[in-house]
Amino acid sequence: MSANLINMLIEATLQTLYMVAISGLLGTLVGLPVGVYLAVSQRGELLSSPLVNKVLGLVVNAARSVPFIILVVAIIPFTRLIAGTSIGTTAAIVPLTIAAAPFIARLVENAIREVDSGLIEAARAMGATPFQIIRKVLIPEALPGITLGLTLAVVSLIGYSAMVGAVGGEGLGDLGIRYGYQRFMPEVMLAVVVILIVLVQLVQSLGEGLARLVDKRAPRNRGR
Amino acid sequence: MADRQTSGAAITFENLEKSFYKKGTGQVKALEGVNLDVPAGTITGIIGRSGAGKSTLLRMVNGLEQPTSGTVTVAGHDVGRAGAAELRRIRRDVGMIFQHFNLLSSRTVYGNVALPLEIAGLPSAEIKPRVDDLIARVGLEQLSGRYPAELSGGQKQRVGIARALATKPKVLLSDEATSALDPETTQTVLKLLADINRDLGLTILLITHEMAVVRDIASHVAVIDGGRIVEAGTTYDVFADPKHPTTRSFLSGITGITLPSFVSHRLKAERPQGHSEEVIRITFAGRHATDPMLAKLTSELGIPVNILAGAVEEIGPHPFGNLLVSVEADRGPEARAYLERHNLLTEVLGYVG
Ligand SMILES: Nc1ncnc2c1ncn2[C@@H]1O[C@H](COP(=O)(O)OP(=O)(O)O)[C@@H](O)[C@H]1O
Ligand SMILES: [Mg+2]
Repeated sequence: MSANLINMLIEATLQTLYMVAISGLLGTLVGLPVGVYLAVSQRGELLSSPLVNKVLGLVVNAARSVPFIILVVAIIPFTRLIAGTSIGTTAAIVPLTIAAAPFIARLVENAIREVDSGLIEAARAMGATPFQIIRKVLIPEALPGITLGLTLAVVSLIGYSAMVGAVGGEGLGDLGIRYGYQRFMPEVMLAVVVILIVLVQLVQSLGEGLARLVDKRAPRNRGR
Repeated sequence: MADRQTSGAAITFENLEKSFYKKGTGQVKALEGVNLDVPAGTITGIIGRSGAGKSTLLRMVNGLEQPTSGTVTVAGHDVGRAGAAELRRIRRDVGMIFQHFNLLSSRTVYGNVALPLEIAGLPSAEIKPRVDDLIARVGLEQLSGRYPAELSGGQKQRVGIARALATKPKVLLSDEATSALDPETTQTVLKLLADINRDLGLTILLITHEMAVVRDIASHVAVIDGGRIVEAGTTYDVFADPKHPTTRSFLSGITGITLPSFVSHRLKAERPQGHSEEVIRITFAGRHATDPMLAKLTSELGIPVNILAGAVEEIGPHPFGNLLVSVEADRGPEARAYLERHNLLTEVLGYVG
């Protein structure tokens, strides 16, 4: 493989990492509070507000039901408004974020709902405000689940980011399509696939490791 | 707000009713016409079967549950009518411990005990000495940095107790706090609660379905059945002269003595044909415990009695006991009527042929 190709692979990998990192971060910034709110606004919960919960849930479901490749094209005007341009790697971050946020919201919601209701009761009995319960009980207790959820979201984002070539976004997927497929260079396709596999493995291991680190539920002295 | 000081009572329940609405079944009355004073500085037990309304009653005290009607007064505050901010202040004066401990798995022993103080907004410089003190009081100095998953049930409940005491409450609520613990650990946790009651002058309201817990630490008891308080008073008075069938059935099981296996294997619920013996549990309470009733039964009515098992213990200074005996089945009703007339409690356990 030529030095030129290797450079292209490195550059594409960095572009993929850039898109995934920024959209993952922005998606979390939006998805985390929305997910927490979805969990605590259910009927009978801490900030019970069934109507708002229902509406928000519908919006999240709608966003999640649009296939990613359609989303990318459908929101081009919006992307131009936000990013100043509708094509390129940076512009691709807009649809990636919009795909990530509702997904992350649902994953966070699930993790929060797993928290034992007895802990909420104990915190209420201490005189905690709903906000204190969210910050000091729900989020810390759900952290292992949230960490695993975010890992899943990042892995999905790596997959989505391969489709942004449709709007001129670059990265590994785009390289694979343009060189590996259109110019029929199977060694490029193979290299792209291998790099993607390695990336996903790394993200998964890192995420699971972090989740284990923050998970104090299992006995640490097992097997001693 | 019309604050009311009830002299001598830490908690007062007045004409308390609570209904739940359930889809399908409709309205469920959990509590009905509850009137009860919990004397300040006492350990008061509320005993009842599962579903009797114990937890609902306890949860009214710190406003986790709102009354449908009636009032709950804690240290002069009408809990049911307190606004959100006032309710949070009241809750700092009322600690609570739970059957399943409800400790945060993400926090160490230290972090769990510190939580109510963080919530109350105490400066961190004041939190550390207070928490260290509390952890020492419950005897967990060595385990301060451990996570709940690394502790035994008894240790977890000690953390729960330290946490409940953190904001220096005047009242401690205990919802079946020892029900998930083995008998030995139960004893050490009950002893800790008794020590705290004595040292801090704290009022403890505990609910349980085990009469032994009441016997061991409560000076006052209320018996709840079907959402109503059916009997209340000092533990001794209630034990010595139980009036309600529910109280009696709780008392009869208290010593936990069991039939010898050669009897229990042959025990039948229905009386068999031909000759058989009736197996009876006799409960002695208070001042009747020392009367030689069995001897009198034999001498006055001429009914011979087989003693199968028995135990006598003390509630405070008073004797209390259980006897398992058998008499000829034909004469069983006569014997039981005689014993009941002399204020002993009897219960037919079955028949052996
Ligand atoms: N949140 C609730 N919703 C509906 N019914 C409830 C609720 N809490 C308690 N109950 C009902 O009230 C009754 C008393 O329950 P509870 O106070 O938990 O009893 P205990 O603690 O004595 O076992 C039961 O019939 C129970 O089903
Ligand atoms: Mg209960």
